[in-house]
Amino acid sequence: MTKVTIEVNGKKVSKDVPDHTILSVFLRDNLNLTGTHVGCDTSQCGACVVHVDGKSIKSCSTLAADINGSKVTTIEGLVKDGKMHPMQEAFKKMHGLQCGFCTPGMVMSAIDLLQNKKNPNDTEIREWLEGNICRCTGYQNIVAAVKEAASKM
Amino acid sequence: MASLVGSRVERKEDKRLLTGKGRYTADINIANQTYAAFVRSPHARAKIKKIDISKALKASGVVEILTGEEIAADKIGGLIAGWAIRSEDGSEMKVPANPPLAKDSANFVGEPIAVVFAESLDEAKAAVDLVKVDYKVLKGVINTAEAMKGETIHDGIDKNLCYDWLLGDRKAVEEAFAKADKIIKVDLINNRCVPNAMEPRACVVDYNTASEEITLYTTSQNPHLSRLIMSAFGGVAPENKLRVVAPDVGGGFGSKINVYNEEIVCSWASKKIERPIKWVAERTESFLTDTHGRDHVTHAELAVTNDGKFLAFKNETIANLGAYARVFGTVTPTYLFGPCATGVYTIPAAYTNVKAVYTNTAPVDAYRGAGRPEATYTIERLVEKAAMELGIDRTEIRMRNFPTEFPFKQTLVHTVDSGDYVASLEKAKQMSDYKGFEVRRKKSEANGKLRGIGVSSYFEACGIAPSAVVMSLGCGVGLWESSEVRFNPTGQVSVYTGAHSHGQGHDTTFAQIAADELGVGLDVVDVIHGDTDKGTFGMGTYGSRSLAVGGIAIVNACRKIVAKGKRVAAKMLEVSEDEINFKDGEFVVTKSNKKKTIGEIAFACYLPGSRDSEFKSPLPEGEEPGLIETSFFDPSNFSFPAGSHIAEVEINPETGEVKVEKYTAVDDFGRIVNPLVVEGQVHGGIAQGIGQALHENTEYDETGQLITASYMDYTMPRADNFPEFNLGFTCTHATSNPLGVKGCGEAGAIASPPTIMNAVIDALGGQEITMPATAEKVWKACKALKKPNSKAA
Repeated sequence: MTKVTIEVNGKKVSKDVPDHTILSVFLRDNLNLTGTHVGCDTSQCGACVVHVDGKSIKSCSTLAADINGSKVTTIEGLVKDGKMHPMQEAFKKMHGLQCGFCTPGMVMSAIDLLQNKKNPNDTEIREWLEGNICRCTGYQNIVAAVKEAASKM
Repeated sequence: MASLVGSRVERKEDKRLLTGKGRYTADINIANQTYAAFVRSPHARAKIKKIDISKALKASGVVEILTGEEIAADKIGGLIAGWAIRSEDGSEMKVPANPPLAKDSANFVGEPIAVVFAESLDEAKAAVDLVKVDYKVLKGVINTAEAMKGETIHDGIDKNLCYDWLLGDRKAVEEAFAKADKIIKVDLINNRCVPNAMEPRACVVDYNTASEEITLYTTSQNPHLSRLIMSAFGGVAPENKLRVVAPDVGGGFGSKINVYNEEIVCSWASKKIERPIKWVAERTESFLTDTHGRDHVTHAELAVTNDGKFLAFKNETIANLGAYARVFGTVTPTYLFGPCATGVYTIPAAYTNVKAVYTNTAPVDAYRGAGRPEATYTIERLVEKAAMELGIDRTEIRMRNFPTEFPFKQTLVHTVDSGDYVASLEKAKQMSDYKGFEVRRKKSEANGKLRGIGVSSYFEACGIAPSAVVMSLGCGVGLWESSEVRFNPTGQVSVYTGAHSHGQGHDTTFAQIAADELGVGLDVVDVIHGDTDKGTFGMGTYGSRSLAVGGIAIVNACRKIVAKGKRVAAKMLEVSEDEINFKDGEFVVTKSNKKKTIGEIAFACYLPGSRDSEFKSPLPEGEEPGLIETSFFDPSNFSFPAGSHIAEVEINPETGEVKVEKYTAVDDFGRIVNPLVVEGQVHGGIAQGIGQALHENTEYDETGQLITASYMDYTMPRADNFPEFNLGFTCTHATSNPLGVKGCGEAGAIASPPTIMNAVIDALGGQEITMPATAEKVWKACKALKKPNSKAA
């Protein structure tokens, strides 16, 4: 067992968990933050993307113990004062989601893109989202949502 | 009041899904739950000689281990084939037993043999490795085309043949072929795809020892149907003691129609061990055991005249069912495939013959489009090839064979009520700048690239399935849909539907319909689905049926509410019913302009009492209180969306990489309820079809191991595989339902594979290539070109 102490969505948490506990399991099973999804076993689909110290990472391939002391933001932590993040608003406005399963990872990844590049073009958006698989949307409205968010952020 | 139907309404479900508050099956935990992990066959075909669980039973945290022996002893039934198909010679189809846990033999890699329940997932998985199964490995039958020549997989099923089915008239076809100027032939493989909904399958079962009721939370497209199958055929529990809940479901694409082994096993076991059970598939488990799609080997011919008129069509297909026939497994390559085989054309004679075979691979069932993509791929490859061989423009040859009048009585089965195939092809040509293609081709050539253009005109039969039509074909099942609409005393409306939303946006689109019908705001309408304890029995969502069948049940239930409201309003306003007009939520007396809102009427329906200082009921004599109405809608016909898609691809002959440069889709879905949602459905469908055409392949090796069983090996299309799709719409209203709507969910996946492949083959100068046209295959094809591009040589 190992003690994991991190800040999640602004709240400090501390739990004793088995050494091999991965971050996605820690978030889902230990903190009941089920907005972070797991869609594959090979770090390919990106449904599990969260921010660790502001950067997007795949929580399914990160040991919780490895990020001790870090600040984690999940999809649940984006809403501020009851208002959705501009990226969430943009996904809603542009119909950038259908079944919603890949969406949390998509949103977290897209926010990180805009942190790196303020006004990405279509190609840059599509290349950035290479690590996030969506089966429903054909990506078109996701790209449109990212552009919409870029215009508002 | 502006109409909500037709408006780009943002989705009601999005806020919860975007903020991490969606509730998918894997998000559900029940106190004291155990975790299930399955022992699965590592062999494609083997006899199970002995299962030794003794060591595993002693492992840490193990609660129970169950095998096929126990499930057979408890007389739990197996998985079922939903549709009976008869062979050309009149014999019934041959269907093997498919027990939830294999007892005597395993027939595909991943088939469940035993199940471990433990206190933690880690312990369950560890114990799985300790279960010792003694197999006698047999030679598997893997290849679709060779399946009839292989060893017999299931006792008594000769040649591994489920059925040898014919639709159409062989004699008429042969006569027409004898008169043809030219016969166009194609040999095609419709590659097997794995549906890959992003949410892996999962189930959570809670058995209530007091009420003896099982609650099954599961990833299903059709919870009511699942309950029926599990109860009637599985014998897991009577329907009144089995509640099936499909909460938020992360995509289906056909793979979540079936009731699966794991759901039956966990439901049965939960009662046995008196503990809740949770099971969540890993992605590789999904690859191995979700039902797959397509997998046809086809030879087809089209008889034509020199001026490009189509005379007759024949299709000889071998369809791979995988190891077992499942719910839509047998109907997909027959009634969903054969009637659409002649496409959007007037072809006087036609037949389709399908031999459905068993192999030692994962079961094949409905996958987005189910039968219609395979049909469209075949006819559209033939038509494109005919244009090429006859030297007629590919759009011109299509125009020459389109029907000019509707209803259009198709060659084989369907009477297509409405459409305008010329209009959509003309619009697609214009939107794609079809006539400017040669300039773009030359420009690509100047850059050392090969550019091709491809067209596909499609129609499909969806809105599955009008009982009268399917019964006339000899199928014993009709697929109506139901709705219950409850107008609450205080003015909100609860719309229950038997359809299920797993990305389609029913919370919004169905609310738009009901709000318009009842003249209330969208915000007071809630759509409720996915729980057998809530609302009426329904068939679920697949086959582009939710709106054209389920949506109409909502319309009809709402109209019953308005009709009752009118009777009550007449009594309250002291006029006769025909003096009242219902508009925008108000019952108005035409002459006096006296009115009652529908909310006032609802209140009166529930709380009849005093008015005008008199104690007098507002309800007409004989009228029951309350304002709840139900409708079961069974359509008179399928709905027939249609359209034309045009794609341009550019091939880099140095690498074989195919880039989709332009994609134009013009579709006719009849009346559109929410353009935002419909466009999303089309985008997704096109992407899925392009995935099949260029990227996705399900590869079994000769021993039956699935070598593409993860996202490392199976190419899921990514954002940078696509251009921006250019969508257009034409509109002819369906006449078989009061909204004039047609289905839209599958169209993209039906039209895009032939569109893309026609473009790739055009770029390759007519050289045939099989799906998926991967870089490796295309690179080889480029090497084989007679006149290699000068810069690429």
